[in-house]
Amino acid sequence: MTEIYTPRDWSSQPPYLHPDYKSTVLRAPTKKLIPIRQSLSEITGPVYGHDRLGALDTDLTRNAVKSGEPIGERIVVTGRVLDENGRPQPNMLIEIWQANAAGRYVHVVDQHPAPLDPNFLGGGRCVTDSEGRYKFTTIKPGAYPWGNHDNAWRPAHIHFSLFGPSLSTRLVTQMYFPGDPLLAFDPIYMGTPADCRELLISKFMLEHTEPSFALGYEFDFVLRGRRQTPTE
Amino acid sequence: MSKLRQTPSQTVGPFFAYALTPEQYGYDFKSIADGNLIEGDVPGQRIRIEGRVLDGKGDLVPDAMIEIWQADGEGRYAHPADPRGSNVAFKGFGRMGTGTDPESRFIFDTIKPGSVDGTQAPHINVTIFMRGLLLHAYTRIYFSDEAAANTRDPVLASVPAERRNTLIAVRNETPAGAVYRLDIRMQGADETVFFDV
Ligand SMILES: [Fe+3]
Repeated sequence: MTEIYTPRDWSSQPPYLHPDYKSTVLRAPTKKLIPIRQSLSEITGPVYGHDRLGALDTDLTRNAVKSGEPIGERIVVTGRVLDENGRPQPNMLIEIWQANAAGRYVHVVDQHPAPLDPNFLGGGRCVTDSEGRYKFTTIKPGAYPWGNHDNAWRPAHIHFSLFGPSLSTRLVTQMYFPGDPLLAFDPIYMGTPADCRELLISKFMLEHTEPSFALGYEFDFVLRGRRQTPTE
Repeated sequence: MSKLRQTPSQTVGPFFAYALTPEQYGYDFKSIADGNLIEGDVPGQRIRIEGRVLDGKGDLVPDAMIEIWQADGEGRYAHPADPRGSNVAFKGFGRMGTGTDPESRFIFDTIKPGSVDGTQAPHINVTIFMRGLLLHAYTRIYFSDEAAANTRDPVLASVPAERRNTLIAVRNETPAGAVYRLDIRMQGADETVFFDV
């Protein structure tokens, strides 16, 4: 078996230990990772397609409606899943979760005293199309306070989870919004190498805006790619 | 050709449950996967795998998410890159948060995987996410009753001998069947071996 996924580019990834983000201190692995030679175990991975999607899973403004529309600014978030060679990644499951417009998560341990929205869950799923494209309709999440340090606030963000084509391409990340003044004070965002932070910020795109309905943001993902092999 | 930069990872945070493990936590959203990998009458030896996640102080981590990825009873993955294909209705993927068990355990009901590609000992691939982990961690679970196969396994062989036991789940026979136990320790003298996959 040959190694067929490119290695993780450690220069683009945050370190495990980033003391400004306090929870890393007792949870970051301290010993050097042991390199693994990719085998079938690493070049395969879970496959989920449209069969697992609910009809409204890509539209968070509708998938949890009980009595009316959720409160907040409607947005479209769209983009492509690519590998680092620029190849689109079709039929890939994307899962998202986020706070509501007031910065409150539905999760029971979220104690932020901002209102829950009875018509908004904040969870969604999408499968990329043949060109690797995805599109969610949702509500722009609010910033929220957290206990990391005095007066700590998370910038508005949407959490994303992608499997990609194999175990080695797994990615969990967060998408931020352009021009957010909280970014510079956020130890999670700032834990990313400086020259790659921009990769976590979506772009406002007028062309993705739906007139009279929702503002549009674009966010692309770049997963580890396949190594060039003679058959390609 | 210049390559695109890989998207940086960010922590899963503490609030993933209602989207990633919703049914387990009682949220009104369908789960794509949970702690039970057995669908229908999949052939293979039924086993349970359970363990806890501990931080650098030895405290339980109640907000971790564990994913497992494994081959079927004959060592085949349900994925197009495995040329043999899995011919059974066994997806091989499980996902569980540590926030619903009183002892913060992850518990997977599954079948024991067969040896993968003829050289590796039976094992389960584990991916770990939690608040405080900016990038997920990869490890593996091997089985204590596979001593001979473990001795020949190339990945175990690449691990310093004194750390191998952090990867080997211990089999216990219980009235309900075989239960393998293995804790994941993020730090400390017996820190779990994590791999650069
Ligand atoms: Fe968050």
